[in-house]
Amino acid sequence: MNICVALGGNPNAGKTTLFNALTGSRQHVGNYPGVTVDRKEGRYVQNGHDMHIVDLPGTYSLTAYSVEEVVARDFLVNECPQVTINIVDASNLERNLYLTIQFLELGIPTCVALNMIDVARSRGIEVDHQKLTRLLGVPVIPIVARSGLGKQALMDAVARVAEAPRPQPLRVSYGRDLETAIQEMEPLISENAFLTALYPTRWIALKYLENDAQILEKGRSTDKAVSDQLEAVTRKVSAHIEETLETYPEAMIADHRYGFISSLLKQGILKECHDRNRLFLSDRIDKVLVNRFAGPLIMFGVLLALYQFVFTYSEVPVGWCESFFEWLADTISGQLADGLLKSLIVSGIIDGVGGVLGFVPLILFMFFGIAILEDSGYLARVAFMLDRVFQMFGLHGSSVMAYIVSGGIAGGCAVPGVMATRTLRSPKERIATLLTAPFMNCGAKLPVFALLIAAFFPAHQARMMFILTLISWSGALLAAKLLRLTVVKGPSTPFVMELPPYRLPTFRGLMIHTWERTWQYVKKAGTVILGISVLLWAAMTFPRMPDGQIETYAAQRSQIIAAAPSAVVAELEQAVGDNSLSADAARLKSELLVVQGRQSAEALRHSLAGRIGSTLEVVSRWAGFDWRTNIALLGGFAAKEVIVSTLGTAYSLGAVDVQGGDSLSARLVAEPGWRVLTAWSVIIFVMFYAPCFITVVCIARESSWRWGIFSMIFNTSLAFLLAVGIYQVGSALGY
Amino acid sequence: MTKINIRKMQVNQEGTIASVKVGGELGRRIRDMGLVPGTFVKIQGRAPLYDPVALRVKGFTLTLRNNEADHIEVEIDG
Repeated sequence: MNICVALGGNPNAGKTTLFNALTGSRQHVGNYPGVTVDRKEGRYVQNGHDMHIVDLPGTYSLTAYSVEEVVARDFLVNECPQVTINIVDASNLERNLYLTIQFLELGIPTCVALNMIDVARSRGIEVDHQKLTRLLGVPVIPIVARSGLGKQALMDAVARVAEAPRPQPLRVSYGRDLETAIQEMEPLISENAFLTALYPTRWIALKYLENDAQILEKGRSTDKAVSDQLEAVTRKVSAHIEETLETYPEAMIADHRYGFISSLLKQGILKECHDRNRLFLSDRIDKVLVNRFAGPLIMFGVLLALYQFVFTYSEVPVGWCESFFEWLADTISGQLADGLLKSLIVSGIIDGVGGVLGFVPLILFMFFGIAILEDSGYLARVAFMLDRVFQMFGLHGSSVMAYIVSGGIAGGCAVPGVMATRTLRSPKERIATLLTAPFMNCGAKLPVFALLIAAFFPAHQARMMFILTLISWSGALLAAKLLRLTVVKGPSTPFVMELPPYRLPTFRGLMIHTWERTWQYVKKAGTVILGISVLLWAAMTFPRMPDGQIETYAAQRSQIIAAAPSAVVAELEQAVGDNSLSADAARLKSELLVVQGRQSAEALRHSLAGRIGSTLEVVSRWAGFDWRTNIALLGGFAAKEVIVSTLGTAYSLGAVDVQGGDSLSARLVAEPGWRVLTAWSVIIFVMFYAPCFITVVCIARESSWRWGIFSMIFNTSLAFLLAVGIYQVGSALGY
Repeated sequence: MTKINIRKMQVNQEGTIASVKVGGELGRRIRDMGLVPGTFVKIQGRAPLYDPVALRVKGFTLTLRNNEADHIEVEIDG
């Protein structure tokens, strides 16, 4: 028998652990259609029952408050799983039963998994699950998700519930005023078959009283007349309650639900042999970790450690990836004849895709680190401690994670940073964080800054780097404030959040968490990035120089070779490295390189990118950029590292790699268009302009393409305004 | 018995929620998390800048900002 099972429950109730214990490796992750909430599905086979398990997002309630709640409710109603497993934290029963009651009121076949009975027992809480089964009318199975205890019994119960007839919806009494209103509404609903195909009658009445936006809207579009009548009843009872009791129907409903739960619990379900306020281990840890003075210090320590771990230890595997792609590029270069095809495959495809896949170890380490902080419960404390500061800028305490990972401590990367915003539950703060995190000084901007600092501020290199970090933080926070006041306007999302007890993460959980997020990155980013890198390659290659010019340069080279003694030419041809060359051969080589460099600079100028760069000069002159800087900045959209190598090509130095920027520094200082002011203007522009396209793709994946495109336009305009401001004011002041 | 606002409560002070005077999204959120009249609360701690505040409610720890806690009145002894 095939059974579709939904898995629902409060956040931190152990839903993910149970899901992993049930489905193991037989699971896959996707998104719910139209929203960015993860959808995990997997299979579980037992006694000939093939169960298809869908993990619902963690929710506290089924009112349409957040995306998660809407998704959970819609799934339960529209996709109609045969059984819903409601996972409940036994050590926190009262709070967790609030959702259970709502499942039962919705009349869906439910099976309660009473999780963490071991934790509850250690706290002196004993739950009589048989009695709870009788009182709720649905099976309640004690389990320990971490060890898999009770898994079989739970799934047996699920199979039994699936075969049983659909249960009657639970009826909680909501007091005289509301019951009168419900009695007035129910006949209206059932006589007109108003939404009854989807929901129980009483439930619809309740949702009207609760002022549930989604149901009201659905009601209005289904049958305006009935909906109006129901709303009138709601208005009448609301006015009455407000006058007599100074409260709202939705508040009364919540009160009565909790009242119903406490009356259940008072019937001897909970046996507590300890004082409720006993200082649990978690609280003792919190006394230190959230301490007014030690807390922030420890937090900075932890964040710094995470950062060190991610960026230091991922260096080696990232190096392996890079070497692999270098090897691949070399091998393919060796196999193919010089020409367009080779250039496309090596510079366009391998470099582009390699740029993305080279990040994989970094992303993997990042997500592993975040998974530890998240699963252990520490991330919630970080948000708690930092919320006040971030709130001033319209952000949320959890935003700090994304900032730091993106390069808040110089040298991070915006790609995992943008993906780290997933831990933010509030949509508006999340968009603001997503859009401003790329302002941080990521590892790819550092070579650009290092080059310019070495060239123009040789005396204060370390201090300059520190100042740039401060500028990027202030820029990001102020831009976030600006965004929150304009495009993502709105009141801040309530910070009503649970601080879960500290928990030792399970290794299996960490692995699954890390792997699924990393795989999503590879799969989703890979395709788009291949396309864009080919496009950029084409822009910097076509149209090509006229054949006549190519021949001129070839002729120049042959001339140089012909002029040199044949022994030197032979030496150069056979030489492998640089060091073994004699003085004559080295001179010959550099002469050839100069011609080569001039040719590639000329080719670049002739290409589409070069033409765009020259055209842009009209505008970019305001910020002090010439056409060569323009091409470099254009190339920087592919990856910021490209800025340095493109500047090298454009200033005809031949191929300049990221490390070999010394001669380029000297060249820039000597260039008449460049001075300290230009360097400032370029630095600020690079810091704030469009994120690299891998980041843009990630922003789009995490939100929508609209925001991806917005980030390119907004960031570039902001960066340009700042650069122009600096350059114009500086010039006017005579710098 | 006196009624005071959560913002004015000291760390470790205890009381019983008397009223939650807010509707809409925030009110719903507060109630969904178990902050309803009659519930016993204890101030667990405050963040380094005194905001947000952490409460112990129904056996778990909940955080909310001071300006959100302003809607909640607590009855305390003395």
